[in-house]
Amino acid sequence: MTDFVHPGLLFILGALPIPLLKGSVRKAYVLLIPTLAILAVLTMQLGDYGAARFIQQEIIVAKVDKLSILFATVFSIMALIGMVYALHLTHAGQHVAAFVYVGSALGVVFAGDYLTLFLFWEGMTFASAYLIFAQRSDQALRAGFRYLMVHITGSVALLGGIILHGFATGSLLFGPIEEGLGLATCLILAGFILNAAVPPLNAWLTDAYPEATVTGAVFMSAFTTKTAVYVLARAFPGTDLLVWLGTVMALYGVIYAVLENDCRRLLAYHIVSQVGYMVAGIGIGTEMAVNGAVSHAFAHILYKALLFMGAGAVIHVTGRRKLTELGGLYKTMPVTLALYMVGAFAISAFPFFSGFVTKSMVVAAAGQDHRALVVLALTMASSGTFLHTGLKLPYYMFFGTDKGLEAREPPRNMLVAMGMAAVLCIAIGVFPQTLYALLPHPVDFEPYTGVHVTESLGVLMFTALGFVIFLRALDPENTISIDTDWFYRIGARRFMWLAEKPLARYEKAVSDVSETAALPFLHGMALAGLRIDLHGVDALVNAVARAILLGGGALRRLQSGVVTHYALAMIVGVIAGIAVFAVAWR
Amino acid sequence: MIKRVVDFFGDERHAKRRRRLFYLVLVLIVIADFLVFREHAEYLWERLPGWSALYGFGSCVLLIFVSKFFGHQCGLMRREDYYD
Repeated sequence: MTDFVHPGLLFILGALPIPLLKGSVRKAYVLLIPTLAILAVLTMQLGDYGAARFIQQEIIVAKVDKLSILFATVFSIMALIGMVYALHLTHAGQHVAAFVYVGSALGVVFAGDYLTLFLFWEGMTFASAYLIFAQRSDQALRAGFRYLMVHITGSVALLGGIILHGFATGSLLFGPIEEGLGLATCLILAGFILNAAVPPLNAWLTDAYPEATVTGAVFMSAFTTKTAVYVLARAFPGTDLLVWLGTVMALYGVIYAVLENDCRRLLAYHIVSQVGYMVAGIGIGTEMAVNGAVSHAFAHILYKALLFMGAGAVIHVTGRRKLTELGGLYKTMPVTLALYMVGAFAISAFPFFSGFVTKSMVVAAAGQDHRALVVLALTMASSGTFLHTGLKLPYYMFFGTDKGLEAREPPRNMLVAMGMAAVLCIAIGVFPQTLYALLPHPVDFEPYTGVHVTESLGVLMFTALGFVIFLRALDPENTISIDTDWFYRIGARRFMWLAEKPLARYEKAVSDVSETAALPFLHGMALAGLRIDLHGVDALVNAVARAILLGGGALRRLQSGVVTHYALAMIVGVIAGIAVFAVAWR
Repeated sequence: MIKRVVDFFGDERHAKRRRRLFYLVLVLIVIADFLVFREHAEYLWERLPGWSALYGFGSCVLLIFVSKFFGHQCGLMRREDYYD
């Protein structure tokens, strides 16, 4: 048995035969590969693999340590759950894209150098974009192109940063960046926080995820932002800027979630909010904070996927995605509702659910680091999380006014996938030590203390009281919210208007002027030139020639050939010379 | 089993019992918060029993109204065809 099989390559190469397989063979195959990947992750040994030299740089395709194993574990588990959820799909395209996407995410997680990292980073962008395009509606195509444009811009910044960093340090190995915030560091950080959806670079996420296919969005919710959290945890632990970005992010997400009407966009805003905890934890940078951040990423992948699966199941069955159009589904979809609520309790950090044992570690680390404001802001964001994912969304989707929609439970594979995620959400909450053992630093934190349980329940249940009292104020409205994508959506339109209206008009005016004024003028000038040439220059040349001809004729007459004439002329010349000499000289 | 639990939260005929249960839970949480042992409290509010309940309620109300203020008064919420 070898020490290391790269699970990322297992997925990417494993994607190739999918289109050739049919029916139940394909179903078995797309479940087999993630299972093998989980085994590969569980059996791998720490160390560096695939070291080589490329363009005089050291390359390490796979660097295995506790942090990379943690992310690889949850990524491969999530891949299995996602594939079960997508098992009913008949077209191979989405399976292939999901495999390449997961494989690339794993490639980033194991990358030991920036070149390998960048290669897989790009792989993720393009594979995930397919999951949006596969929805095929006009809206999805537009969102997909916006998603691609934003990510490619981010990738260019990242590549620029990598090259500058390589020149400055002479090495492309990927590790903690300690040079301070120079241009290279800023560009790399910008590339990373764009993928982590840190405001103001967050709008690609909330714009694109709700437009993806039902099954595609489940994969997307898990991998892109959490890969970014992983690279931030590796390269930028203890960067103070990230504490503030993360805290703002946690509140930004919940504020927008209040306004949102699209169920999956509401959940997408909660990705922004939850990733805020992770970014803040990485920014604090203590062992406990980084442990909290990465364990929260682990738990988040599972409960957020569960929430997206629940909302996706409703969309799959009813074909509707707006809260204003949904309601009363609890009678027809009780199992979906129950499984969704497990995810909702987990994200809200109820005791005995996964969020409780991970989120609290970040908040406690902020407290230990004497950051009172961060503690208060993150606790407020927890209240908002339960308010939307635990109360508002399920209330308006499953309870509320019965809209009389025809519904049933989703296909069995969807329910099984949701069940798998739900079991893990509860298992992590009940047995946190299993997860804590995987964390990169030793854990000295006990989530289940009396104070912590009563405080959490206090915040959450009194949030519920606020919800019950102000329910009418939360009624969803048939609107969309302006986020920072406004700048490139309206900005691009303004640019096109500028190009089509003033610039095009200017161009037409210039060509009009040249046609009506400049061209005739030039034509006249050319004619005049021709005339001057014919009548002036040519005439002068002819006249000179004629004068020479006539002069020659006249001179010829002087040459008579008679010697006496010549002698006489000489004498006259001598006399004239003497006369001139006499008069002028003297 | 799941269906019965879900129906309890959905059906109108359980509304009264639901509400009673909810208030009972709230009271129990506050009482429990007074009883738990606080070994070390770094911040002032950690020493106040019932603080978390107050803060949770306050946060919820603040988030609802601040967000709606941004949405309605600052023009963040637009018609659905805004970008079309």
